[in-house]
Amino acid sequence: MTSDTALKIVIVGHVDHGKSTLVGRMLHETNSLPDGKVETLREVCDRRGMPFEWAFVMDALQAERDQGITIDTAHIPFRSALRPYVIIDAPGHKEFLKNMITGAASADAAVLVIDALDGVQEQSRRHGYLLHLLGLRQLAVVVNKMDAVDYSESRFGEVCAQIRAYLLSIGVTPTQIIPVAARDGDNLLVPSANMPWYQGPTVIETLDGFKPQASAFELPLRFPVQDVFKFDHRRIIAGRIESGRLKVGDRLLFSPSGKTARVSSIEAWNRPAPTIVAVAGQSIGITLDEQIFIERGQIASLEDAAPIGTECFRARLFWLGRVPMQQGQRYKLKLATAEHIVTVEKIERIIDVSDLATADGVVVERNAVAEVLLRARSKVALDAFVDNPRTGRFVLVDNYDIVGGGVISLDGLAARNCAAHQANDDLSPVAHQITLEDRWRSNRHRGGVLWLTGLSGAGKSTISMELERRLFHKGYQVFVLDGDNLRRGLCADLGFSAEDRAENIRRVGEVAHLFAQAGMIVITAFISPYQSDRDRARSIAPALFHEVYIKASLEECLKRDPKGLYAKAQQGGIAQFTGVSAPYEAPVQPELVVDTAQLSIDESVDLVLRYIERDMQKADATPATIAPDVAL
Amino acid sequence: MSSDLDALENQSIFIIREAFNRIDKIAILWSIGKDSNVLLWLVRKAFFGHVPFPVVHVDTHYKIPEMIEFRDRFAKEWNLPLIVGGNHKALADGMNPGLGRVTCCSALKTEPLKEIIKENGFTGVIVGIRRDEEGTRSKERVFSPRNQAAEWDFKDQPPEFWDQFKTDFAPGTHLRIHPLLHWSELDVWRYVERENIPLVDLYFAKNGRRYRSLGCAPCTGMVDSQAATVAEIIEELKTTRVSERSGRAQDKESEDAFERLRSQGYM
Repeated sequence: MTSDTALKIVIVGHVDHGKSTLVGRMLHETNSLPDGKVETLREVCDRRGMPFEWAFVMDALQAERDQGITIDTAHIPFRSALRPYVIIDAPGHKEFLKNMITGAASADAAVLVIDALDGVQEQSRRHGYLLHLLGLRQLAVVVNKMDAVDYSESRFGEVCAQIRAYLLSIGVTPTQIIPVAARDGDNLLVPSANMPWYQGPTVIETLDGFKPQASAFELPLRFPVQDVFKFDHRRIIAGRIESGRLKVGDRLLFSPSGKTARVSSIEAWNRPAPTIVAVAGQSIGITLDEQIFIERGQIASLEDAAPIGTECFRARLFWLGRVPMQQGQRYKLKLATAEHIVTVEKIERIIDVSDLATADGVVVERNAVAEVLLRARSKVALDAFVDNPRTGRFVLVDNYDIVGGGVISLDGLAARNCAAHQANDDLSPVAHQITLEDRWRSNRHRGGVLWLTGLSGAGKSTISMELERRLFHKGYQVFVLDGDNLRRGLCADLGFSAEDRAENIRRVGEVAHLFAQAGMIVITAFISPYQSDRDRARSIAPALFHEVYIKASLEECLKRDPKGLYAKAQQGGIAQFTGVSAPYEAPVQPELVVDTAQLSIDESVDLVLRYIERDMQKADATPATIAPDVAL
Repeated sequence: MSSDLDALENQSIFIIREAFNRIDKIAILWSIGKDSNVLLWLVRKAFFGHVPFPVVHVDTHYKIPEMIEFRDRFAKEWNLPLIVGGNHKALADGMNPGLGRVTCCSALKTEPLKEIIKENGFTGVIVGIRRDEEGTRSKERVFSPRNQAAEWDFKDQPPEFWDQFKTDFAPGTHLRIHPLLHWSELDVWRYVERENIPLVDLYFAKNGRRYRSLGCAPCTGMVDSQAATVAEIIEELKTTRVSERSGRAQDKESEDAFERLRSQGYM
């Protein structure tokens, strides 16, 4: 049966084992090269006084010819009698692992090239491991340069045993192991006369035996929201169905918000008949029967088969960043269309993929693989990779760059039983007719709580009042909650015992949350010395909460002592004074640190302003890091 | 139920929507060629008939006249937010392919494109290039960053996998977005046929010759062909071994001419 759909094959292997040669010669054998390509390259070689090699067909870039290594992944189409192919030629050089991942992640199947003379090398093992990690399950091994070992059956047997043993140890069974001499075309299309002892399929026969990646029609519905369009009277929820199917009339559950609505229509342009069903792989747009608040990053499913909702999960990941991954560090996680800030809570083990040895450590170097425990600030809707690869994988971003990719495992985590939408079961059952989104649109900015914490004298009140003034003049809806002001009314019944102070902060958190729910930016200026109190304030609506650490050392604050309180405390005039007779717990992972020992008041305010303008400025854009998963 | 063309279309729409959502100010580049017409069609599909960002055409003033007629007709018919740019100063100073084809391409295409990007503050430009067109394009990313001088650093490209694209970038850089990167020339023609997308007549053979790739009149040659309909072109492409840009003279000035053009910011 012939097919129109191109099968994507990635070619990997150790540097100089002959990947590009294999591909160049395959293209030639299958008559896939444009007229004159080989002749042009032969002329170039003659002009430069170097022997022609098949690999040059692939190496279209000047820089590559000079260096003799494939710098980036190339996509080359060709056709067998059965079907079209796209060959992804991935570089073998260790430096360029990111390009190999880039190539291999989209492939249907892989060919691992091993030099018959050189045998299995570090990159052979590394690539084999990564292909498996990426979820690729069809792998053929080509033992190349058989001409260099006199087409020896016994040498072929040795290399076979080596690679089989390694692949078996990572749970991979190769589809086929084929002895070839790519340069001369042996066993590429037709059986080689030089190796009569090999009776198996040729390379092209092996490729033709691969199957396209199974579509995810049969898995539960996962429809991550990519965007919400309001170009005309319709409010269209747009996205691509990653798995399963949906039809008009289905009740969808959006995770992690927990909102539900029915599909009213599946929208289309320039299509004669209305669409009533859509399936995995389709980029669609739907309208809903209720105007619930939906934004990018939410994953729609059917109600009885929702994704997992958890703040904490395990992952096996590969690291591509120039700066090593650090335990305790924060990164932006991108999973389907959602973005979350996650902390690397623990690096559980580092895996040496060339011998599978494991090691402990608190950093993961570039090109290494590790198993880690990640924690997000609020619930992430996800699946285990084994259950649903498309919503069970993610990338991590540091500054501007993708620095790693990982697959999710929920082994050993109780969260397994916790559906994503249960997060909001305890939220207000009374629904406003105006959504938070409506308020933001009307305000032309997002709302939220900027929780300033720091020692007395660090600059919280000064910064917050100046911030309020400047935001107000820029047109923001903003209000400052200050300690002394609240204690005159709402908290007039509270004293200064440890319990009363905790209660004071709890009330501030609740009031701040109400302001945020009203669509405003609320700035709180409290010492709030305990992490647990701040975490409780955060937990009311984690997505709207921004912890800002106003940092100044105790020495610095003692020196400033604007209200004379330190002096009084040191003389014993104030009991339990933070920094003097009570502890201050600096934030572990604040969203923003403002170091007032280094920055002037103006510079400090500028820094917070920039943060606000980046994350809250536009009501129409939807920075997913502050997904408002609060029910109103 | 879904064909390979559906799969291509779905992937392209996903990319276009991703660009629209993630990037502040984007525009689409419309060269009036078949690929950018397909791209424009996909944009209209992605946004249900709307084109929610500017459509940029760089007019070198050496374009084949039929192309400009086509542009003006469909810009009106499809109600496109069109921006036309060009390097009037270079033209006034007498820039022409006689001064070197690569020099001319840089002056009349790359430079005005950079100018439009700067003037309008675009942080992303959607371009209809394909991997199978030419060796250097085969190495492109779907979301491909350009530095402040609009240069492409093909030696250090960002990783791109699982449809997670580079959407965070330093101020001053901009992105080229390539939603057709995974299409072949044959795919484009089969899609044109299926969707009945209007194209400039120049693609269809008259007197045994036709254009296979469209550019400026002085640097774009015709190929021998009898294919006078979309269906005939599809048949022709199934058997041809002549490369698509064989009629584009600027690629051939030296063996790395096209690579040099692209690393400087050519599309």
